[in-house]
This record gives sequence, C-alpha cells and structure tokens, in this order.
Amino acid sequence: MTAEATTEKARIGAPSIAGFTEEGEQLVPSKVDRHHSHGVQVMASRAERLTSHDVADFALPTGREEEWRFTPVRELANLLSDAPSDGDVLNVAVEAPEAFVQRTLRAGEAPRGATLVPADRAAVVASANADEALFIQVPANAELDEPVRVVLTGKGAGRRSNSHVVVEALENSRAVVILEHDGSADHNGNVEVFVREGAQLTVVSVQLWEDDGKHLAQHDAEVAKDAVYKHIAVTLGGKIVRLNSNVRFAGEGAEAELLGLYFADAGQHLEHRSFVDHNVANCTSNVLYKGALQGKGAHTVWVGDVLIQKQAEGTDSYEKNQNLVLTDGCRADSVPNLEIETGLIEGAGHASATGRFDDEHLFYLMARGIPEDVARRLVVRGFLNEIIQKIKVPALEERLTEAVERELAAGDN
Amino acid sequence: MSTLEIKDLHVSIETEQGTKEILKGVSLTIRTGETHAIMGPNGSGKSTLASTIAGHPRYTVTSGSITLDGEDVLEMSVDERARAGVFLAMQYPVEVPGVTMTNFLRTAKTAIDGQAPALRTWTKDVKSAMEQLRINADFAQRNVNEGFSGGEKKRVEILQLELFKPKFAVLDETDSGLDVDALKVVSEGVNRAHAQGNMGTLLITHYTRILRYIKPDFVHVFVDGQVVEEGGPELADRLEEEGYDRYVKGAGSAVAAPAAAQA
Ligand SMILES: Nc1ncnc2c1ncn2[C@@H]1O[C@H](COP(=O)(O)OP(=O)(O)O)[C@@H](O)[C@H]1O
Ligand SMILES: [Mg+2]
Repeated sequence: MTAEATTEKARIGAPSIAGFTEEGEQLVPSKVDRHHSHGVQVMASRAERLTSHDVADFALPTGREEEWRFTPVRELANLLSDAPSDGDVLNVAVEAPEAFVQRTLRAGEAPRGATLVPADRAAVVASANADEALFIQVPANAELDEPVRVVLTGKGAGRRSNSHVVVEALENSRAVVILEHDGSADHNGNVEVFVREGAQLTVVSVQLWEDDGKHLAQHDAEVAKDAVYKHIAVTLGGKIVRLNSNVRFAGEGAEAELLGLYFADAGQHLEHRSFVDHNVANCTSNVLYKGALQGKGAHTVWVGDVLIQKQAEGTDSYEKNQNLVLTDGCRADSVPNLEIETGLIEGAGHASATGRFDDEHLFYLMARGIPEDVARRLVVRGFLNEIIQKIKVPALEERLTEAVERELAAGDN
Repeated sequence: MSTLEIKDLHVSIETEQGTKEILKGVSLTIRTGETHAIMGPNGSGKSTLASTIAGHPRYTVTSGSITLDGEDVLEMSVDERARAGVFLAMQYPVEVPGVTMTNFLRTAKTAIDGQAPALRTWTKDVKSAMEQLRINADFAQRNVNEGFSGGEKKRVEILQLELFKPKFAVLDETDSGLDVDALKVVSEGVNRAHAQGNMGTLLITHYTRILRYIKPDFVHVFVDGQVVEEGGPELADRLEEEGYDRYVKGAGSAVAAPAAAQA
C-alpha cells in the first residue's frame, strides 16, 4: 500500500462528513486503522462553548459530548471528580532566577483567572482544587539565556494531583519556560499564560509520564500587542493525556504559534486540542501538530479550532495536523475546524494528512541499501524533527530526539 | 567485470485464489557493459522478475537461482542486494513521507559505499546530476517522491542510478508515462551511467520507443513468465512491426491473452 494523504483547502462551516463515526471511547474499531474526519461541528460556533470558574456549571461528561467524544472518559473518573489533591502526590522542582518566582497565587488573586477560564469539567475541578498557583513572572525587558524549567514528578499512579501554573512575561521580555512532566499520577494541570506587550515567550510542555500516568490539561494564553507566543506540546509518555492549548489576543500585531508532537504506542491515548481565537484584528497564528503511532490500540486525537471573529480583519492563520501511522491497529483522529466571520483577512487555511509507513516504504529504502532499522528511524525522525527543531533549546531538543529513538526502539521488539 | 546470472527461475505469489506461479523458468546472463532488453506484454511477469531480483518480500522463489559473481543473491536481504551492487528503478516509485531527498540520497550513498561521501564533492555531484536530468533544485528539500508527477519520479530513479553507481541496473518500464522530451533526458542519464563502463543493464519495456535512445545488445521476448525468443537489436524492430500476437497465441495462456488484447 502506498502512502495515503489528504490535504484539503479551507472549508467554511463544513457539515459533518458522511461515514464519520462517533465511537467516543472505542479505541480500535475493527478494520479501521486510519481515520480522518473533517469539519465536524455540532455547535453553531466555538465561541458558544461554555466557560466558567464554577464547578457546578459542568456536569460529569458521559463521552457523548462534542468535546469528549474521542476521550476514554470512563477511565478518568478520578480526574473528573471535584476532589482535592492526595497528599505528597507531586514533586515540583523549579529552576529559575529567584526574582522570577516570588509568590504563589490563590484563586482570584490577579492575574490568576483573568485569562484561563475553565472550558470543561477537567479544567474547572483542577483550578478549583489548586489552592496555590505557581507564579512565574519574567520581568520587563529581561532576556533569559537559560530557560526556566519546572519539573513536575508524579509520585504514584492513580493518585490525584491538581495544579495551576501562571506564567507572565512582562513587557518586551524574552523567555522560554519548560514544564516537564514525569513519574506517574492522575494529574489535572492548568497553565495560564500572559504575554504582555512586545514580549516573546515560548512555553514547552513535555509529557514523559510513565505508562500508567494520566494527565488532563488546559493551557490558555493571552497575547498582547506585538507580542509573540509559542506553545509546544510534546507528548511521548502516559496512558491518557489530553491537553488543550488555547490562545486569544489582547492587541494587534500579535503572533501565536501552537505546535505539538506526539508519539503513541500500544494502549496510549494522546489527545491534543488547539483553539486560536482571533478576536483582534491583524494578528497571525500558525498551528502545526505532528504525530506518530505504533502498536495495537495506539490512539491519537487532534482537534484544531480556529475562529476568526468579525472584528479580526487582517488575520493570517493556518493550521495543520499530520500523522504517521507505523503499524496496523492504530487510530489517528484529526479534525480541523475553521470558522471565519469576516472576508477581510490575509489568509486562512487548514490541512490534515495521515500517512502510513508500510512495507512498500521499507522496501523502497532498503532497495537503496539502507538497513531496516535505519530506514524506520530515518522516516520517523525526519517527520518529527520539524517540531523538535522549533524548540530552540539544544539540550531539550537532544533529549527529545533520544526519547523518540527510544519509542522507536521499543516498537522493534 | 561482473556477471549477474539467473538460472531456471520459478517464482510464485500468494493471491486470494491461492498460490500462483508467475515466472516459469527464466534464465538470463548479464555481464558488465551489456544492455539486455526484456520486452513483453502486460502481465507477462516482467515486474515480477525485476522485483524478485531486488528481493521484494511478496515474491517467493520456488526453484532456480540468482547469483552475482557466484554469490547467492537469493540469500541476501533487500538492503544487502543493493549494497552488493543491484539497483532497481521501479515501475511505480514509492512516496516516502518524512524523508527529504537530500537526507535520503546521502543516507543511501553512505550505506552503499560503507562510508559517508565527502560532503563537498557529494553536494556538487547531486546538484549537477539533478541539472542534467532537469530536476528542479527545490526537489532536494522535498520528501522522497512525495507529490512528484509520474515523469518526475522516473527521473529521480535515474538520478539515483547515476549517483549510486550500481554494478547492475534493472530498469522496470522506466519509459512508461514519459513524453518524448523526458524520455530523451532519462535515456541520456542511463547512457551516461553505462558509458562509465562498470554497469550491466536489464532494460524492461513494453514498447520499443526507448530502444531508439538506449541501444540493447540483446533482446529477450517475454511471454507468460518465460523467455520465448532471443536475438539481437533486430528482434526489437520485428516486434515493433508485428507486436506480441504471434508469441501470445503460441503460448496459449489464459493469463497472457487478455493482457495482449490491451497492448
Ligand atoms: N495481487 C495480485 N493478485 C493476483 N495476480 C497478480 C497480483 N499481482 C500481480 N499479479 C499477476 O502477476 C502477473 C505478472 O504481473 P507483472 O509481473 O506485474 O507483469 P508485467 O510487469 O509484465 O506487466 C500478472 O498476470 C498479474 O495479473
Ligand atoms: Mg510491470
């Protein structure tokens, strides 16, 4: 079989696609190992999605809701309950200049809660049960050579952890903040980001959980005038990870780039959702998520919403998801949604492609003298490297490249 | 001087209806410097022969042998065959996601030579080979064959032939789907590789038109998994006039007859 690929130009307000099934939590439908849907939209507009700080506003999801239909919610009961963190569940190590981390923020203490308003049950119970939010504030005009690094280590599978992290890059500062997740826990973690005027901030969220870790997250950012925000989600470990990366703007001339890389093995459910709300004129956004899948029951989901509001004239926006399926029995769901409420834009486009690496690819490369293991690595490394090289932190890039190699090696057994 | 020797080769494939024998005793000997044309109707087993030489896992050799200078090719894995000097220009080159042409060419060259090519000369070699084959320079940054047209894919196959310098080249219908200009460009590439004097060529084709540009020393007519007639270049001229009908009727095969009707 040769590579299958579909690329579609922007379709506005597209209806649901015939033949698209809504299995919700059925990971491996028989005989379906490649799945591509397009433009499914149940609500009239993404803008109508409920957001609230009040737990009572969100019922427990059943798996039939639009935003939960791909997620194995039955395995998430612990994470979705309105419950405090278990004792000694998470170790948080912060590597940052002292001036950057001076206090924590309680609920309602500014700027906490100004940008991140929970958009689903997981996010609302996380913030409601995270009493103190880690607050990283990059001073105005600061330029950091070293990234700020926060390592969150879970101390046991099935133990509930709630967290809320606030990152604020003050005017004209430049910084990279890396959040690394490892160990194991039922971790419900929100991240709230403010990129103030003229600042340039990169937030990298790395998920290297052990096989039994579960992680739900809402990462919301507000990007001010002429500021540049880059969010990179890298998810390699964990049983279930669902990370929603959202951005909106607070001034013109702002740029947002939402990037992601995921590698799902047997039994992993890795879900990434992105939402760019073009609520202000003359801003730019680019979304690119790339994923590799290998092994029975490997399931990935990408849902990319872009909303270009009526007042957002001069918007330039593009979103793309690409998946590489390495073995049978995997499923990659990919759903781009683009809503455009004004015709006066620079550009808006989306693409979604799922390709298979199969015996014919292998034969082609081997017929050119390339040994099998090298051929596999060549393909996956080349594919995922596009995201890794955008991190621009050499030490982390190297570690992630090695982590991807280990994922591949695990698949060879 | 090298010799690729195919002796009484029988090959079958698994189909939904069970095992099917495609090659029914093929013998051929190709030496360095020689060009052999294999001509036959669709479905006669030409690609099966080419893919079997390269080691495609779909094809099972039930008897017979393939040797390269006495070494048992059938014992070698696909990549070992390529490193031993066998090159297959495929009828339908595969699109490989995620790998740029540049990266692919360098990795393959390194594997074949057992060492990385000297960077400076290699880059120059690639560039000039691409120019000669009229391949746009930006192809170097694109993924292997991804989105290339049929003709572009064929040129890229010949690009590899020129860069990898194999001992034996098997060209499976490299001419099909090419317009006259592209056919010329591609033929010149094959002739350049041949002119270096270290290569033998097995040129598989359905039509005679490529033989105007690449001169065969031997022509083998291939019908229903067997060589039914052999001769010099003059045999190609006769085929051009008479077609395959004569052989196909003689073979009386249920497989070959409908294929010939399409031809
Ligand atoms: N998947 C398949 N199932 C059944 N028969 C096949 C299959 N693939 C190839 N064949 C048969 O094998 C024979 C040889 O095919 P091929 O080697 O491609 O011939 P050629 O290259 O000369 O056109 C043909 O009769 C073809 O129908
Ligand atoms: Mg053929």
